Parts: sequence; structure tokens; C-alpha cells
Amino acid sequence: MNGSPFVLLTRNSVTAVMLKVMAALLPGLAAHAWFFGPGIWVSLLVCGVLGIALESLMLLIRKRPIGPVLQDGSVLLTACLLALSLPTLAPWWLYAVGMIFAVVVAKHLYGGLGQNPFNPAMVGYAALIVSFPLYMTQWPAPLGVALHPITLGDAFDLVFAGQSAISADAYTSATALDTWKTQARLGTPVADILTLPAFGWSGGRAQEVVALMYLCGGLMLLGLRLITWHIPVAFLGSLAFTAFVLNLIDPTQHATPLFHLLSGGAMLGAFFIATDPVTAASTPRGKLIFAGLAGMLTVLIRNFGGYPDGVAFSVLLMNVAAPFIDAYTQPRVFGRKR
Amino acid sequence: MTRHIHPFNGGIHPDEHKAESNATPIVAMPLLPRYVVPMRQHIGTPARPVVQVGDRVLAGQIIGAAEGQVSVAVHAPTSGLVTAIEPRAAPHPSGLFDLAVVIDADGEDRPVNTQPGDWRQLDPAALRQRVRELGIAGLGGAVFPSHIKLNPGHAQQIHTLILNGAECEPWITCDDRLMRERAVEVLQGAEIMRHLLNAQRLIVGVEDNKPEAMAALRQAAEAHHIACEIANVPTRYPSGGGKQLAYLLTGVEVPSGKLSSDVGMQVFNVGTAYSLFRALTADEALTRRIVTVTGHVARPGNFEARIGTPLSALIAAAGGALPGSSGEIIGGPMMGFDLMDMAAPLTKAVNCIIIKSPALFPPKPAALPCIRCGACARACPVELQPFELYWYSRAKEFGKAQSYNLFDCIECGCCSFVCPSHIPLVDYYRFAKAEIWEREREKNASDQARERHEFKTFRQEREKQEKAEKFAKAAEANKTKASADGTAPPQGEDIEAAKKKAILEAAMARAQRAREGVTPKNTENLPAAVEKDIAEIEARRMQANVPPSEQSAPAP
Repeated sequence: MNGSPFVLLTRNSVTAVMLKVMAALLPGLAAHAWFFGPGIWVSLLVCGVLGIALESLMLLIRKRPIGPVLQDGSVLLTACLLALSLPTLAPWWLYAVGMIFAVVVAKHLYGGLGQNPFNPAMVGYAALIVSFPLYMTQWPAPLGVALHPITLGDAFDLVFAGQSAISADAYTSATALDTWKTQARLGTPVADILTLPAFGWSGGRAQEVVALMYLCGGLMLLGLRLITWHIPVAFLGSLAFTAFVLNLIDPTQHATPLFHLLSGGAMLGAFFIATDPVTAASTPRGKLIFAGLAGMLTVLIRNFGGYPDGVAFSVLLMNVAAPFIDAYTQPRVFGRKR
Repeated sequence: MTRHIHPFNGGIHPDEHKAESNATPIVAMPLLPRYVVPMRQHIGTPARPVVQVGDRVLAGQIIGAAEGQVSVAVHAPTSGLVTAIEPRAAPHPSGLFDLAVVIDADGEDRPVNTQPGDWRQLDPAALRQRVRELGIAGLGGAVFPSHIKLNPGHAQQIHTLILNGAECEPWITCDDRLMRERAVEVLQGAEIMRHLLNAQRLIVGVEDNKPEAMAALRQAAEAHHIACEIANVPTRYPSGGGKQLAYLLTGVEVPSGKLSSDVGMQVFNVGTAYSLFRALTADEALTRRIVTVTGHVARPGNFEARIGTPLSALIAAAGGALPGSSGEIIGGPMMGFDLMDMAAPLTKAVNCIIIKSPALFPPKPAALPCIRCGACARACPVELQPFELYWYSRAKEFGKAQSYNLFDCIECGCCSFVCPSHIPLVDYYRFAKAEIWEREREKNASDQARERHEFKTFRQEREKQEKAEKFAKAAEANKTKASADGTAPPQGEDIEAAKKKAILEAAMARAQRAREGVTPKNTENLPAAVEKDIAEIEARRMQANVPPSEQSAPAP
């Protein structure tokens, strides 16, 4: 082995990639904190600390060097993505179970960074929504809806002690996706549904602004060339198209494309979750197929499935198919027939 | 007139580091007391020494004769005494010794008799023979014998001759200086090439970071009425790769596994054109080349040095390595290799020596796991999926690696350069290629052994049969002799012969079937050059005796 090349682009590193992705989450995070209160800081803290602890533990058990691996920052990104997907103000053990599934089961039992077939954060989310559906629907009510504004102290009390001076009903409310699902099935007219407090001007109240901030962060990722356009465009395009077709067929049961785009985890999923390079398809055509199907599945699960949001399940389902998609979408090599 | 440039996929733009060495004119190296001239300086069969220890030789005299078609002659760099013909250190990644002729200079530098003439008077076949005898091989680093590339053959029409002045590797500036200072000779050399190939057009591709060279070439072309196109290509490594440059300039992709000549193009380095010009106009053998000495040295620059000059003398000429140097790179930083032995001499293949220092070439960070980010695929000029090749090479799934077009990889190093996990990707590909070649070799060897064994069994069987028949015949003869009237059965012998023939044919058919059962692989019937490379890599591997899993680790 002669060792060339002798020069590397050292400013490129896994740590830098992870840090930049976390930086791109900041606009969405800020909006989240603004509209849904300081609870997100507590859940971020819990997930982050647990992430580092669990990763260190697993590396210790696997007899791997701890320092260099922790340095890559990947576990912190997983913690951020999971915290942003979960309702804030839930008891601390909910986050712990989620992080155990994400870091221990989805990541290290498969061999650590780069070896995991499933998106760790989404495995954590899926495990929680299957196991503790009640907790997973208790989202804090957004600014303007909440009867009682939550302070950082309240948030700590709720997460760690499981109680505070105020009752849960005072600060939680159903999400727009949830509300739509229940009300549409009850036969409530669309115009009436949309006047409910969970709804904003097009998506979930406040959630739509957070979604737009995720979109901004996603554009940052594109600008920094950390992701290519294929996955977000195919995911959102297919999601909107599927929603459009269903809405055309039965507008009383199926919400509009814009509502789907700006509700739940669509934007976060399109730019930050489906784009996880380890678990997504990696060829240009493969990314389009992968994300296109994931976008479609998201709407199908939302509209016909038992769970309010479908991003996690659709991404996980497509994760399984990613290696297969890659194998059949290999790009043409220079000098070979088109 | 500017040519439309067809950019290839990816590529990279590392720090150029050209300014260190391209500001000063080429310096002619003074005559040294001793030269070590390796016989293997080109791709193909090494030259065969035709002098003996104690012989007096003249500058430019053939000391190694071209052996076989893929070979060129090797010449004495100066006049003097042959003091040794023995294996010596050579500038090769393996660090293996090569047979070399050692010449102690007599200081007179007396040249061999030359017959300068007009190349236009000679027919192409005779010119190619001259090119071979004067030792011309590609000076861009690949050192492929030029007379072969100048012989398009009957089947192929070369319409485009491309002169490669891209010099895309960082640090190297020998072609830049050559084009600036000797543009006329370079272009006239290209004219001869065009004549030999009967090519319609000549395009010179130069990266746009060499405006002085471009200007010199344009001026030379105008002044000497040389019909050619001097084309600017963007500074983007690896624009100087033969297939990449051909694509940049013409938009034609050289098919995988083929040569550019298969699609009517031939690519030569500018240094080769210059040497060819000297050879065919002044009858001057290739005994010198221009080499860049740069990096952590006192006076980086370009030197015109005789082949056989010790590399240590070249480094000394550049003011010597500065304190704190950490090794030498032969070639460029993207595709070069670590020099193993300072005693190694300059060969036709060496275009650059870079003295390393920790500041210029920081130690590589530890490799992290691949996150399939695809940065490598976006950088790959061959549009491969390098991370897939990495996974399969690492898992030793060589069949899979081959099906992902491992052998289309040109080892340019763009993927390793951009990898955020700092994985030495190219090392994995080299390892996989070497392993695949080795397995093919083993398979061929075992196929041969089996064939030999089958033939032996067949022969033994046949001999047994023949013996039995002979006995039977003798017995029959005795019987007939014994019978009183002596009338031999008329058909007996014919029947025996037919039976014997049938047995033979059946056995041969069996052997044939057995042979055909072993399907030949695409790596069979490789050209001699590739066979040789395989052997070299194998030898290196055996010598290093490194278990495969550790081979790919970055050099400490």
C-alpha cells in the first residue's frame, strides 16, 4: 500500500457533518421553544445526556475506544432528532426508553455508526408510540392556546417529578393531525374542523411555523451540500401529490396537501430524517424512489392507519428497502453504455 | 477560439502549491561522478543489458536493448566505465531492487555518433523503430513505450492527437516550465506525432492555472505555423488523466476497458513530445528529463537531470531538505508514493520529488466508520460508488466489488481526499485488486496443474492400452504362426487399429470436456504489462508479508 493520496480535505469530518446538521436544526428548535415553551430544553437535555451515557456504556461493553467515537457527535444528533419528535413535558423515563431503543438497539446492536439499517431516532420514536400511545399524544398546547404558560421550572417538575401545580389539561392539547383524524371520522364538516384551536392558517397551529423553520434549516443543509435535493424533493413532492389525489377523491376525509406538508413531522422528516445517509438509499435514482415511496406511505398511514403521523413508520419501512433499491439503481459508470 | 469544455463528474481542487517551484527556470544538473541506470524504466519487459562490467560507454550509447515489442532501449547518460551490473534500489512503490547498469563518468561526456536527419524523409515504420531504439516512453509518469502508441494499426484511424499539458497534480511544475521554455520543440514534437498517426487535428490541453505556458504555446504555434488548438481546461484534478482530458476536450468517453485510440484519439504528455522531437531531429536518446524538486526544501525548482542521477543529488541541488522534513514523495501527492531508499536514481517515470514536512503533509486523522454520505461518489471522476467498493473490498467480497466496477477505478484518490471519515479508500481498492489478481493467478496455476495431471493420467492409460494391444497382437501373430497354413485373418489388424483410435478419441474428448468445464475468466490472456504488474504487486505483498486485514491501514 503506497499511502496516496497524501493530502486530505481535513476540514471535512464526520464531527463537522454532525455539527452542521445540528446547527441547521436551530431555526426549527428556536421556533419550537418559542411556541411550545421551554419543555424542549429539558427533553433535549435528558436525551443528550442519556445518549452520551448509553453510547459510552455500549462502547465499553463492545470494547471500543470511547473518546474518538463520542467525538463524532452522531449520538447527539440522534438525541436532537428524537427530542424534537417526541412531545415535551413527558416523564423522563419515556425519553429514556426512546433513547435506549435508538442508541442501544438500533445503533450499537447492529454494530455502531454506519452499520445500522434503521434510523435510530425513528426506531426510538416507533418503540414509544407502539408502547405508550397515550403519552405520545399529549403535546403541549401552543402559544395562544395553552391556558397556563409553562416555565422552565414547571418543565423540570413535570419531566422529573411527573407532576406540578397545574393539571395536564391546562397545558396539553391534541395535535392538528390527531384532531383532523378524530373529527373527520366523526363526520364533522371540514370548515368546522378548521376552526378548532389546533389549526392554524394551513397546518397545525404554531406547528406550521416550526415546519417552515425546519424547511429553512433544510435549505441550509442543501446549501452546505450536506444533502442532495433528491430526498427532500421526492419526499415532499410525493407526499403532496398523494394528499392531493386523496383530497380530490374525498375532501371530507382527506386533508389538503398544504396541511400535510406543514403538519406533524413532514418537514423534519424530509430534510433531517429521511436524508440520514446511513439508512437511506444512496444512488441518485435510488434516493428518488426511496423518498418518493416514503412520502406516499406517510400520507397513507396518516389517512388510513391507526397512528396520527406516518413519518417514522414510512421511513423505517423504506430503510428496509434501501439496500435493495441501491442495488437496482446503480448509476452508469464513465465509459460504460448508458 | 475557445473549445467547448465537457466537465467530467466530480474531481477536486486541492491546494495547488505550484508557485513554490514554477517561478524559476529549469536548471541543468552538472555532470555527476556516478549514474545508476535501471533496466526497468518503462511499462513492459525491462531492457536487456548489452554491456559488460569493464566496458567503456559513450553518452547516448545503448546499454540496455529493448526486449520484445512492449519495451524500449535504455542508454548511457554520459561517457564512462561500466562498474557494475546488479540489482539496485529503484524509485518504485514496492521498494524492490531492479537490475541496473552502474556507470562511473569519465568527465568527458563524449557522445555516441549521431545522425541527425530530416524525419520527413523516413517512413513511419522506420521512425517508430527509431523511437523505440532511442528509448522514448511516456514521461507523464506511466512510461508506456511511445512507439506502440504511435502505431495506430490498420483497424484504427486516429483523428485526434491530444497533447497533455494539464499537469493536474498539485506541486508538480515540470511540464509547466517545459511548455514555457521550450514550447516550439514541444509543438514540433507533436507535429511528428501527428505525422506518424496521420491525425487530422492536434489539441493541447492545459489547465487554466498555467497562463504563461498557454501564452508560450500560442506564440510558438503562431510563429512556426503549427496548426493546433491550445485549449484551456479548468483547474480541476484529475483533468490530466488520459480519459478525463480526452473527455474534457472532445466530450467523447473512452469506453471502459478500452484505450483512447479505440475511439480515434491518442494522448501524449508534453514532455514525451519534447523528447520525441529531440530524438527524431537531433538523434538524441532519452537520457534526460525534467523533474520538479519541491516541498520542504531550501530552493524548490525544476531540474533537467540525466536518467540515473541519484535522487539524493537532486534534493541536494534544490538546497537540500530543510530541518524537520518527514520523508519524500515520488510523483504527486495524489497518486505518488513514499520513497523507500534515497539511493534510488532518477528514471524516466519520475516527474517530481516532494520533500514532506508535518506542516505541509499533516498526519492523517484516524479513520472513522463510513456513513455512506456519498461525498466520494460525488467526487469520483469515473462515476463509481466508491463507498460500495469500500464496503465490499473491506468485507473481502471481491466478486461484488468487481460487479460494482472496481477495475474501472483509476486510483486518482479523489474519494480519499473528500472522505469525512478519512478512510484510506484507495488503499482498499488496491488491496482488492491485488487479491483478485492473486486469486486468478492461483486459479490459473491450479487449472494448469489439473490439466497436467489429466494429461498424465490419459498418457498412462494410453500406454497401458498400447502395451496390452501389443501383447494381444503378438499373441495373435504367434497364434497365426502356429496355425499351419499361415493365412493371416485379413481384417484383424484394421479392427484393432479402429478400436485403438476410438479409445484414444474418447479419452481426448474426456480431457477436452474437463478443460472446457473450467470457464475462462476475463482476467485470462492479460497483456504482458498487466501480468507484470500483477507479479510485482504479488511480490511486494509477499515481501511485506502483511496479513490482508492490516494492509489497508494507513502508513504510519
